Amino acid sequence: MVVSPSTMAAVRKSGAIPNAEFLLTAEDVRKEFPGVVALDDVSFRLRRGTVHALMGENGAGKSTLMKVLAGIYQPDKGTVRLRGAEIRLRSPLDALENGIAMIHQELNLMAYMTVAENIWIRREPLNRFGLIDHGEMYRRTEELFSRLNIQIDPEAKVGDLSVANRQMVEIAKAVSYESDVLIMDEPTSALTEREVDHLFQIIRDLRTQGIGIVYITHKMNELFEIADEFSVFRDGRYIGTHASTEVTRDDIIRMMVGREITQMFPKEEVPIGNTVLSVQNLNLKGVFHDVSFEVRAGEILGVAGLVGSGRSNVAETLFGVTPATSGKIEIDGEAVAIDSPTTAIRHRMAFLTEDRKDTGCLLILDVLENMQIAVLQDKFVSKGFVQEAELSDVCEDMCRKLRIKTPSLAERVENLSGGNQQKVLIGRWMLTDPRILILDEPTRGIDVGAKAEIHRLVCEMARKGVAVIMISSEMPEVLGMSDRIMVMHEGRVTGFLDRAEATQVKVMDLASR
Amino acid sequence: MTTDAAAKGSLKATPARRRNRRMPPEANIFLVLIGIALIYELLGWLLIGQSFLFNQQRLTIMILQVSVIGIISVGVTQVIITGGIDLSSGSVVGLTAMLSASFAQASAWPRALYPSLTDMPFFVPIGVGVLAGMLAGYINGQLIAKTKIPPFIATLGMMVTARGLSKWYTKGQPVSGLSDSFTFIGTGIWPVIVFLAVALIFHVALRYTRYGKFTYAIGANTQAARVSGINVEAHLIKVYAIAGMLAGLAGVVTAARAQTAQAGMGVMYELDAIAAAVIGGTSLSGGAGRITGTVIGTVILGVMTSGFTFLRVDAYYQEIVKGMIIVAAVVADVYRQKKRAKV
Repeated sequence: MVVSPSTMAAVRKSGAIPNAEFLLTAEDVRKEFPGVVALDDVSFRLRRGTVHALMGENGAGKSTLMKVLAGIYQPDKGTVRLRGAEIRLRSPLDALENGIAMIHQELNLMAYMTVAENIWIRREPLNRFGLIDHGEMYRRTEELFSRLNIQIDPEAKVGDLSVANRQMVEIAKAVSYESDVLIMDEPTSALTEREVDHLFQIIRDLRTQGIGIVYITHKMNELFEIADEFSVFRDGRYIGTHASTEVTRDDIIRMMVGREITQMFPKEEVPIGNTVLSVQNLNLKGVFHDVSFEVRAGEILGVAGLVGSGRSNVAETLFGVTPATSGKIEIDGEAVAIDSPTTAIRHRMAFLTEDRKDTGCLLILDVLENMQIAVLQDKFVSKGFVQEAELSDVCEDMCRKLRIKTPSLAERVENLSGGNQQKVLIGRWMLTDPRILILDEPTRGIDVGAKAEIHRLVCEMARKGVAVIMISSEMPEVLGMSDRIMVMHEGRVTGFLDRAEATQVKVMDLASR
Repeated sequence: MTTDAAAKGSLKATPARRRNRRMPPEANIFLVLIGIALIYELLGWLLIGQSFLFNQQRLTIMILQVSVIGIISVGVTQVIITGGIDLSSGSVVGLTAMLSASFAQASAWPRALYPSLTDMPFFVPIGVGVLAGMLAGYINGQLIAKTKIPPFIATLGMMVTARGLSKWYTKGQPVSGLSDSFTFIGTGIWPVIVFLAVALIFHVALRYTRYGKFTYAIGANTQAARVSGINVEAHLIKVYAIAGMLAGLAGVVTAARAQTAQAGMGVMYELDAIAAAVIGGTSLSGGAGRITGTVIGTVILGVMTSGFTFLRVDAYYQEIVKGMIIVAAVVADVYRQKKRAKV
């Protein structure tokens, strides 16, 4: 029997809440996106009064599951039960009314409204004239805060609060819905140690009140400090659930990465030349610190680390998108100041960005226009006029070489598949004949065949003596393609691994240190 | 090897595909223009027993009337392609009309603004107007590129400021007694020639130069353009300066045509210029638009106004209908984009 959410809401209101062993369960939940199975018949059980951590690498399916539980995604298949009764959540609001509240990583508060207004939005207490009763609203907020032991002025503007305090307001808001289930996505990512302690105190209090908490984190030590149970996911599959007291850190890492490398990589051994790029104590204030490394001609330096470890920020800084606040960059032994992508390109650098749609493709323009845009800085232009005939010949050659599947150079890039779009962008940079190639997630979201072709192209560039920096969240790709691997965690480099010694477990260990 | 051959084969089809893909936008707008003209023709015979199209004088007046809008619109089109907007052009027309006229007065005129600077050669007032317009556009560009305020606000500020300046310049007095060497640019078919020359120059610039490629790239995806090494700020300043320069040129032509300059010249021209660009297929979200379309859009505006006058429709109705047509053009643009997003 499927109980409609509104009925459940009514049951909740009446106070006659059925008492089941599990607060929230998901059984055989499946969710597909075009080309990807994000959740492959996954199960999950949350007990009342516990903190349950979801663990897994990037793309393991944690976030998708969480969004299913919070009503943001509707599963293709499977059942979600709240206190034993099956429910179908149609929207986040629906979930909220059923007592499931989610605290997002990116905070969803209105900066120009007060703390109290943010918490009670849509549920403002009214006075007898039907106007908002601010006094009552602030009183209720203070009551809520004293219950949670939070010291924030309810009349302060949210925009004036620190990130930590905004996080507390989000939590208080979720609690104010009298939620039974709280979902927290990386709640500590922006907090200092002291603030984390406070947050954990609040979580423990909530736990003793019988609230169930779903907790997502990449930080292993947090897991042991706060979580009672954890479930591991990998490649969209459910791997297992354990109490955090019965396992060690190594066990968990093994469960998270325990897949075999089945893909073949076209990695070639090429002679490694002189150091091309050398980076010393590079800093971007508040984002990453004291990053030092070097890359040689023909070398592929893999950069591993979890999302938010600062990998992409280092790449953006190297390329001048967000210039460094301090540190030294040397190219061929000479110190260079890279303050914009224009300068970076002048030093023969190329940067394939992480987000194809946001910072890569000119979606509404055609293949030719997309491919030529970087090289036009200093080639194929005479007296301001673009040498269109020559350029389109070169681009056609490039299309052929990269095996880009497009009806013509005049096809809009938005009509190409993800893999072909990515190849167009690689073509854009190959035309500039770079010496240093930075690739950020070069094969994200593209199919296996196109992946292999991109790997082949990267190897070919390395063979020609290009120094390659390749950031990737895909462990097999990092292990299979890199000569050396640099691992980052929370804005710092935690170690380097040589090709011979690198294993998934070692990388994960460094990435969560 | 087989894939190579296949790729080669498909690329051979380029010219045909290109023609197929690229013609429709202007062709559609052109059909709209023909349609509107034919409707007037039909109504003309039905209602007042006259031909609309076969009246050379009417067509000449019509194209003369829209030439000034057309010159502005060539600049505005480029601004809109970068994803911006320019609301200041009408006021810049007013200001540059006043400025250029004040340097074009004949010595025979007893109340010259600068008695010692009368009977100047024609290029002085023209240069003053064009440069003043360019300066206004340059300021717009600086504000937008450096302070990151939205183009709407920056050019709104310039719109009010430039209008104020043009009133302040002579304390509201018109500037008259312009020399013949200056006013020639507003006589006969000259405004049309200026419009078409400007359109041709920037059509070529947008299609065949690096300036054009960068303009489209910034409008299509500013972030991607920046990462591709384009100095986005410097380029935007250029585009706004060009738009200002063309508004300045339009101001010069306006003053020359009227043989006098008044502070109130060019009111609402910015909206007509934006309308011409949008009707001509320029997308307000940036990255798409062409000068050929803008020229047709300008002529459509002219035909509409001229047709209403021909049918002796009240001026009030003209504005109502014009407003609706502009909205319809934007709705069509949004609809096109939605359709594309579904692919």
